[in-house]
Amino acid sequence: MAEKKVNPFLEPLNRNNPIAMQVLGICSALAVTVEMKPAIIMGLSVTIIVALSNVVISLIRNTIPNSVRIIVQLVVVAALVTVVSEFLKAFVYDVSVQLSVYIGLIITNCILMGRLEAYAMQNKPWDSFLDGLGNGCGYAIILIIVSFFRELLGSGSLLGCKVIPETWFVDNGGCYMNNGLMMMPSMALILVACVIWVHRSINKDIE
Amino acid sequence: MNTSKNSYVIIYMIVIVVIVSLLLSITSGVLHSRQADNVRLDTKKQILMSLSTFGNDQENKIYTDDDAAASYEKFIVGYQMLDVEGNVVDTLRPVEDFDVKADEGKYPLYIAEVDGATKYIIPLKGAGLWGAIRAYLALDEDRNTIYGVYFGHDGETPGLGANIVLPRFRAQFVGKHILRDGVFASIAVEKKGNTAEGKDQVDAVSGGTITSKGVEAMFLSSLSNYAKWLTAPAIIKEGAADASLNAILSDMAVGDSAAVETTDVELNEGGNK
Repeated sequence: MAEKKVNPFLEPLNRNNPIAMQVLGICSALAVTVEMKPAIIMGLSVTIIVALSNVVISLIRNTIPNSVRIIVQLVVVAALVTVVSEFLKAFVYDVSVQLSVYIGLIITNCILMGRLEAYAMQNKPWDSFLDGLGNGCGYAIILIIVSFFRELLGSGSLLGCKVIPETWFVDNGGCYMNNGLMMMPSMALILVACVIWVHRSINKDIE
Repeated sequence: MNTSKNSYVIIYMIVIVVIVSLLLSITSGVLHSRQADNVRLDTKKQILMSLSTFGNDQENKIYTDDDAAASYEKFIVGYQMLDVEGNVVDTLRPVEDFDVKADEGKYPLYIAEVDGATKYIIPLKGAGLWGAIRAYLALDEDRNTIYGVYFGHDGETPGLGANIVLPRFRAQFVGKHILRDGVFASIAVEKKGNTAEGKDQVDAVSGGTITSKGVEAMFLSSLSNYAKWLTAPAIIKEGAADASLNAILSDMAVGDSAAVETTDVELNEGGNK
């Protein structure tokens, strides 16, 4: 690439987006995008955890033995996720109930391991922190876009509020029906592919 | 520093693991009592949610988040353990004995007073698609008509199976009967358009077939433990003396709720024996 020094925060938002470019974190993008609310919460939680674990790993990067680095990364991520989930349970119980399995799912999110391995192991803590924030936000943006379409076309609502008038529906004498396919994970994959398509056609120079 | 030596790796991992386990145990130790309080309050909320009414698809809760504990004290007047024969084996205090869990062969029952009428709340447990699902089912005094229901789940799919918690699904249960001709029949959860034989039914949530079937199975399996108790009230209803006693009870509810609690319990025990 032409630029030598890239902005660690802005780069993953667009040109090096974790989902659209690195194709990481697809699994959770399929699972939590049926509705916008869990998608936003998931995006937020991942952002916080990636940023924190990036900093921790970056701080101890020179002491980590090469042969067990993945295990060390995993231990750090798992510990952080558990601590965050304990705090949520103690102080914002409602939110933790709402997140339920997602918090645990964060440990398995490929973006975390991907960023730790590819960035935090080689870079300084502050840059790693920005990289974590950027990647988390980049992930959240895609999740929000996908869940926007899935919730709107699949259940006719946005953030749980009905936006398509009840009278339009076939049941009430209209001619509109929710698209059941939108609720299925396969549709998320198709939508993610569309996002990647749009993203690549805007950034023609990437390939 | 040579970080690839075996001794270094082993010591490094031991140090990391010790630090992390210390961190986790301290966090969990410090926060545990707070979390337990939250869980207790949440359970009280869930019990109270079963007493919600649904007007216009909107849920009208009988509490606000701040005073759930106070509402619980106000509305829940009895906590009993039943055996499978429908007899009361333990009479507990709803607030002080809240943490008492049901032993094997005992089935908990909460008794609520809403606007002077007695409601019975039965906890239900079952399995959905991804994990456990649970419910609190509030019944009218006839132990047959559903007054309200609350559903909870551990991790059903958002937008699909998880929709069992929404008022529009729960409201369908109100007014349905779990007995048919005086015999326990449960409730069927059927795809729109299908008709269940011999029992009342509600519509399943779309896209959540397995969760819906889980709800149906949960009603059947959990409630069957209460079947004897559910079919008992015919005996209470027969005595006219009991009817007048009920009238006295509802009068007393205004004055002294503690007195109502004890008399109410005695009445039920008498009716079952």
